[in-house]
Amino acid sequence: MSRSASDPTTGASTAAPVQLRDGSVTIAGRPVIRQASLTVAPGEFVALMGANGSGKSTLVRALTGLRPLAGGTLELFGTPFDSFRDWQRVGFVPQRAGAGSGVPASVQEVVASGRLTRRRLLRPLSRADKAAIARAIELVGLTDKAKDGVSTLSGGQQQRTLIARALAGDPELFFLDEPTAGVDLPNQKALADTLGRLKERGSTVVLVAHELGPMAPLVDRSVVMRDGRIAYDGAPLSDSAVHDPLFGDVHTQHHVHHDAPGAQQQDFAPKVTSLIERTQGDQG
Amino acid sequence: MTVADLFAMPFMQRALIAAVVTGLAAPVVGTYLVQRRMALMGDGLGHVAVTGVALGLLTHTSPTWTAVIVAIAGALLVEVIRERANAGGDVALALLFYGGLAGGVFLTGLAGESAASLQSYLFGSITTIGIADVLATIILAVVVLVVGLGLAPQLFTVAQDQEFAAVAGLRVRFYNLLVAVLAAVTVTVAMRTVGLLLVSALMVVPVATSQQVTNSFRATLYGAMGLGLLASAGGLGISAVASFRVTVAPGPTIVLVALAFFLITWPLGAWMRRRRRLQEPFADLAAAEHTRVDEHAHEHGEDCGHLAVEHGDHVDYVHNGHRHAVHRVEGGHHYDEH
Repeated sequence: MSRSASDPTTGASTAAPVQLRDGSVTIAGRPVIRQASLTVAPGEFVALMGANGSGKSTLVRALTGLRPLAGGTLELFGTPFDSFRDWQRVGFVPQRAGAGSGVPASVQEVVASGRLTRRRLLRPLSRADKAAIARAIELVGLTDKAKDGVSTLSGGQQQRTLIARALAGDPELFFLDEPTAGVDLPNQKALADTLGRLKERGSTVVLVAHELGPMAPLVDRSVVMRDGRIAYDGAPLSDSAVHDPLFGDVHTQHHVHHDAPGAQQQDFAPKVTSLIERTQGDQG
Repeated sequence: MTVADLFAMPFMQRALIAAVVTGLAAPVVGTYLVQRRMALMGDGLGHVAVTGVALGLLTHTSPTWTAVIVAIAGALLVEVIRERANAGGDVALALLFYGGLAGGVFLTGLAGESAASLQSYLFGSITTIGIADVLATIILAVVVLVVGLGLAPQLFTVAQDQEFAAVAGLRVRFYNLLVAVLAAVTVTVAMRTVGLLLVSALMVVPVATSQQVTNSFRATLYGAMGLGLLASAGGLGISAVASFRVTVAPGPTIVLVALAFFLITWPLGAWMRRRRRLQEPFADLAAAEHTRVDEHAHEHGEDCGHLAVEHGDHVDYVHNGHRHAVHRVEGGHHYDEH
């Protein structure tokens, strides 16, 4: 399921962009993510799915370093996380209600802040920086709104601004946390088009999504979180199959009891049921 | 004595220099604080700095420098509390602020100083500022301006979105502490001009005024600096002119001038926001049902007085709650009412 080393011209980038081994995350003493292992190959488009509270956002926050790992190891592009400094290779689109703040900021300014990973301290924007910012704005289709204040834009346009901000640093790996939350269908389609162009360029994408909608055709691989563990990792799933206890008809390598159709419990206790017990259980 | 004579006096020139550098520097930090939605941070640090001033009076050292040190310590403490933010975060800040003010007044008493000597720090005493204090004000203001403008891309990014900044490899914690320290320094810079209790006004009011009419961060920042400069120099001037007849304290005058700018700009900003909303193009959707109106007493066109809004390939004129679009056909025209 993971394609190995792709482009020979990029040399170093043959290492997996993301490699998490037995990662666990603890929030306020409670284990939230337990023993999650995830390797994302270059150029792969991975959808990280699951119900609310399943830990999908927490997992992506752990992968970006926003949540420290309580256990396990994380490597980005083959470098252990603690010594990773190539932040210009990573683009992050956080989960946001909007792109505004207490002071007006134009689309151009917000997108320009994504170029910081490639700028030196106390230097003005170079010609290359300006070109990259204009390209990023064009790619999300906001060129005619570049000078507008972000808070005057619609929710979908604000979300596209945040994607352009991540694009401005020309990263190879994108983390997107629910980019389509609260965005109407036409804008979801516009977002999906943008992500499709990233995929064509060979970018690696890790997308957290509650529902894929128009982004479904882009997905190479689905990873489903359930109660803090990776419950499924394999071929793309439809939005409804994600919430199916058996993940639709897709066969998986996980502990799914095919011999017990409809069985919802996946514990290892032997199940001894007789007609009498079941009747008592139903009454009690 | 004329106004020109007054401004020829050395104490007035020192006051003018202090007013100019304060007016320029305070809104720079204020912009970052407003962006972080921490507009009252300056006010709180002003309260904490009162203890610093009192320590200076108690130990007979320069209150300016003890105030800088105590305000920085307070700012770092605020930042630590904010970082560990829980439900009681702002209550903890309140404790710190009132502790600072009460501690300051208490220590001033211990120092055997009268309330009047503290008052010159609470409400400013720009006309009694000495050479050493002018120099200290200039140095601190230059530090604020160089750091606040030089690191603007980094400070903007961190204030706009901390999580994004962290994943972009910025040392978010460092920049948060830096803004806190800059705020503390600014409080002390403005202490002699407008006073510790009115410091926050000079940091925040020009920003609030500027953002009424801007839609970019850069324009807001430079606009606020310009307004801060006008307000502090203008306020000083007004109080100087008024001083021939009545006693007018420069500090509160500066703040009132800044507020007057806001009151003038606010209706303008409200009008601009309303106009922008009205002129937002109508969605170019497939034609829904519309009513055809053959007889229309009025010819719509440019400058006809009706609001013209783009709608796909034509212009609609908003008219008594309808959207009128002229529909030209062979041998005449009629109006479509959308």
